[in-house]
Amino acid sequence: MAFLSGAPLDLERLIAGVEAPDRGAVASFLGRVRDHHAGRRVLRLEYSAYTPMAEAECARIVSEAESRWPVRVALEHRIGALDIGDAAVAIAAAGAHRDEAFDACRFVIEEVKRRVPIWKKESYADGSVKWVGAGGALVGDEPVGSAGS
Amino acid sequence: MPSPTTQIVNVRVLLFASFAERLGLEAVRVSLPALATVADALDHVRSLPGGERIPPRPLCAVNLTHAALDTPLSEGDEVALLPPLAGG
Repeated sequence: MAFLSGAPLDLERLIAGVEAPDRGAVASFLGRVRDHHAGRRVLRLEYSAYTPMAEAECARIVSEAESRWPVRVALEHRIGALDIGDAAVAIAAAGAHRDEAFDACRFVIEEVKRRVPIWKKESYADGSVKWVGAGGALVGDEPVGSAGS
Repeated sequence: MPSPTTQIVNVRVLLFASFAERLGLEAVRVSLPALATVADALDHVRSLPGGERIPPRPLCAVNLTHAALDTPLSEGDEVALLPPLAGG
């Protein structure tokens, strides 16, 4: 399965891919492009990725969630040029009960933000553009994904 | 045992997003002495024109997996220098 998509995300399709008669709870998360960042008005943005590693890291995150909780997880992240309101990331986690569905869904979005090599370049209303780094970004002496933490 | 100085490790270093723009490069081939680490590959890239604009301890990966700076390198490894992540 490809986790990165150049086409609009379809959360309903992700949900359909994980639901089953014995999974009574489906938790989902949809991250959309915001119209502001650090007090500046954002017009559009572009996501780029280190594609083979991003795919591998997404697969590891989904696998970790599915081994930690009794759930099935679907994940997709958009790549390329996006407008305000476009879905950037979609996650669906289905399990027998809500606790594992919510917990797995939350785990996946937090790990995506922490580990998956994706970058975004924002275009602002004043004509400027900027690569945006997550607050509290990782530094090189704190490797992730290998310690099982 | 042959002297380590006679052995060379050839790796490819990939740059992304703001790092690629700062150096005007997306990939660099680097030859390092045997027993070299990710930090040695990073030092080489930071010595290139524009390389001083790469931070001293960026997030790094080797062969598609996050890796610490002291990770030893082998012939043919793909090293990646990763600007602060912004997915999600």
